[in-house]
Amino acid sequence: MERIPILKMGWFLLVTIQIDLYDRLALDLEADLVKMVQKTGAKGVLIDISAVSIVDSFMGRILGNIAGMSKLLEAETVVVGMQPAVAITLVELGLPLKGVFTALNVEKGMELLNSIIVIDHDNSEDDDIDTD
Amino acid sequence: MTLTKDLMQVSREQDVVPFRNRVKECAVKIKMGLVNQTKLLTAASELTRNMLRYGNGGVALIEIISRGRDNGVRLTFSDKGPGIADIPKAMQDGYSTGKSLGLGLPGARRLVNEFEIKSETGVGTTITIIKWANG
Repeated sequence: MERIPILKMGWFLLVTIQIDLYDRLALDLEADLVKMVQKTGAKGVLIDISAVSIVDSFMGRILGNIAGMSKLLEAETVVVGMQPAVAITLVELGLPLKGVFTALNVEKGMELLNSIIVIDHDNSEDDDIDTD
Repeated sequence: MTLTKDLMQVSREQDVVPFRNRVKECAVKIKMGLVNQTKLLTAASELTRNMLRYGNGGVALIEIISRGRDNGVRLTFSDKGPGIADIPKAMQDGYSTGKSLGLGLPGARRLVNEFEIKSETGVGTTITIIKWANG
């Protein structure tokens, strides 16, 4: 069965979508990613869609879902590399992807993640309620 | 005037990608710009999904047409599903009888130049869209 690979890079998960997804594949990716966030304790998810030529309402919803679900598991999501034609189409379609961080490319996405994520490097004990 | 005609069966999710590719070939053939291509393909994607989800699949006709000096791609989606009881409502943003965002129909209409919907309860639904190369 076809699947989109998810790479772990330090505190981040990196997904590069190289093909135009059909719905089943997108749903599997959503489920796989959320499981991986939980399993690895990743703090950030980077989704590179630079090779994706179409994002329709379904795919847009999946991206929003991934961001929302990851957030509940303490991870931030950044979608990177959107093609200009895709951005134009998404806004006209009525889906401006509110609530999803975006960056122009993987490098900038990494920078963004690093700036919004606080990584607790000596996280040896269970976290109690933070008071700050 | 119709220049080429191509009928494709869309009965499974996996049929959507080859269908989109065929539409893209036609758009490229008439030198449609990338933004218009993307809009057309996205609208096509919304409408094929609707056809699969609500109409149990159907057929999609892909045509290259010309009107005066303008060339365009016309897509006709026909299913024999339950039909749409309230078309004006279905064309509203955010209305869905499924669990979707309700952007498919109104969104697709915004992305193309011409949009026509015919539906009869118990008979089926036919949606025709046209995107002009320079539209």
